[in-house]
Amino acid sequence: MNTAQRSQTPQKSQTLHIRGLRVSLPGTARPVLDGVDLEVGAGQTVALVGESGSGKTLTSRAALGMLPAGATASGVVEVDGQDVLTMDARALRRLRTTTAAMIFQDPRAGINPVRRVGDFLTEALRTNGAADKRTARKRALALLDAVGLPERVLRQYPHELSGGMLQRVMIAASLMADPVLLLADEPTTALDVTTQAEIIALLRDLQSRFGTALLFVTHDLELAAVIADRVAVMYAGRIVETGPAEQVFADPKHPYTAALLAATPRLDAPAGRLAVIPGRVPDLRTEIAGCAFAGRCAHAVDACGQERPETAAVPDRSQATVACWRSSTLTLQGGASRG
Amino acid sequence: MSAVGGASGGSSVGSGGAVGSASAVSSGDAVRSASAASDVWRFAARRAVELAVTLLAASFLIFSAVYLAPGRPETFLLGGRSATPEALASIRAHYHLNDPFPVQYWRWLTQMAHGDFGTSIQYRAPVLHLLTARLPGTLMLIGMAAVLVAVLGIGAGRLSARRPGGLVDQAVLVVTSVAVGTPSFVAAIVLIWVFSVRLGWFPSIGSGSGFFDMAYHLTLPALALSLYWVGTLARVTRAAMLAELSKEHVAVARSRGIPERIVLRRHVFRNAAGGIATMSGLTITGLVVSTVLVESAFGLGGIGAFLDSSVSVKDFPVVQAISLLIVTVFVAVNLVVDLTYPLLDPRVRLGARNSA
Repeated sequence: MNTAQRSQTPQKSQTLHIRGLRVSLPGTARPVLDGVDLEVGAGQTVALVGESGSGKTLTSRAALGMLPAGATASGVVEVDGQDVLTMDARALRRLRTTTAAMIFQDPRAGINPVRRVGDFLTEALRTNGAADKRTARKRALALLDAVGLPERVLRQYPHELSGGMLQRVMIAASLMADPVLLLADEPTTALDVTTQAEIIALLRDLQSRFGTALLFVTHDLELAAVIADRVAVMYAGRIVETGPAEQVFADPKHPYTAALLAATPRLDAPAGRLAVIPGRVPDLRTEIAGCAFAGRCAHAVDACGQERPETAAVPDRSQATVACWRSSTLTLQGGASRG
Repeated sequence: MSAVGGASGGSSVGSGGAVGSASAVSSGDAVRSASAASDVWRFAARRAVELAVTLLAASFLIFSAVYLAPGRPETFLLGGRSATPEALASIRAHYHLNDPFPVQYWRWLTQMAHGDFGTSIQYRAPVLHLLTARLPGTLMLIGMAAVLVAVLGIGAGRLSARRPGGLVDQAVLVVTSVAVGTPSFVAAIVLIWVFSVRLGWFPSIGSGSGFFDMAYHLTLPALALSLYWVGTLARVTRAAMLAELSKEHVAVARSRGIPERIVLRRHVFRNAAGGIATMSGLTITGLVVSTVLVESAFGLGGIGAFLDSSVSVKDFPVVQAISLLIVTVFVAVNLVVDLTYPLLDPRVRLGARNSA
């Protein structure tokens, strides 16, 4: 694939480079991921936004080579120049231990309840022979300090910590091997609001301190605008719009992005009913001929349902794309207080 | 401090800054360890009372069951000879068989409480001596069977869980189905026929003398005894591990590049150990009960065979003593299992039931 070759030219190497990723599950009519293109540059934060079932979690997991059982994948997934989809078990383990790490949604479910926090932190380094006990412990202590937790946490069990503290542990664990890429899958969804803000601030701080690239998966557009340099909006297994976070938020080019923004409840406009997007995400048992959003789109014309829209560059915007037949003729409403 | 501390209580530790929540945790630690020590004692005391009550209730049930069962011990004592009514009356008087039920029960109970297990009607010897003479063989048989169950049962379960639905898993499922479906006395007959009669590898009868000779004599009985429980424990281990395999923390461990065999050992088997321990406790008591059949089938002179023969001749004191012994083992094994829970799962604390 020529796109793959392009990414390997040294000056433009991306930390995460996904091209034409297609993932199919057994017993479905269309692929769960249907030609996903996504780039995360070194040290960059990209938010991957979409409704539940749009494929955003699957996309982020594909970066670690974690595909559901029975899934078939094609396309290119490269992390730090290494092709993930062709890796054997050994190479995958090395990728997961040293190059990329994931922060999961619910730390309470994600950390083994019967083992000490210290074991959780040092386990990946130690079981792969990447560090001896003392080195791993020192690294764990440094990272606990970086996420604002005291040393004694090492000897405690997960049930002795609050959800926010556990998510800090999860973040510290993800940074143990100094990865080039962090994948955060809705890392604040399971937390209460005040803790959410702390965790987001912490992630931003650490991400700039460690120079790690971050793919932030969320359904929350506002949060995406706060944390991310760039945003990629996903719908039914396709990326429908990408671009710099502020511009996408203020001036969306895809009707789906605009609809998501309109459906976000906000405090500064209390009057009026909340806009909802009519209909639901198309189910995996139905094939989609044209634009996947056509059935729910207020601006759809006949052509939208017949042919799949090309992903095209947005004029006058750097590294921005949109996949909509009508985007050049539409004027869409952006997010409220921000533009 | 909440009793189980975990699932729900954890978030109360502190949602403020890291410093605030850190100090909250440290004071919690002190409270936790102090109350944990007193918890152990409270727990032990409560279990001792429970043990006493259980034994009392069991003793009543056992005594009444033997009392109400058809047939009279004096018939056995006479050995089928006819006796004059005077002789019969003197026998009944000697064994206090004419006293009303509560009086008989009370006499028996106070004797037991003083360590006097009574005199066997069949052997005219103290029950305690008869039991201690038969105990080593039975203990060794149960010990060997328990080791077999632990090694084969847990081992097969772990093999199965390594690749659910795979060839090994299916083979284990078939073998364990057969094992669970075969009564121990049938297994005993098959084992004797194959390994003693046809192959001549093992003796078919007797329990031998000296440790190694006993182990050799008890190999087939231990196999017959353990078969059902190997199958059961293999299935319980497999199910517990499969339940754990689908947990998110296992997916997280894999996503962190931890080698699969370590994931299976530290995150799957380790977390499934609580359920496996419970089943292992039940296994021990099950083994004790099954010795009745297996010892008879292999002609072993152990406690189980003794119970079997004593029941058939209405040897009240022996039946009652062995029944109580089995109940005691049951309660004791459960106590041990309960005591291991906090070691297997730090979220469980002894006596949590009380303070929760």
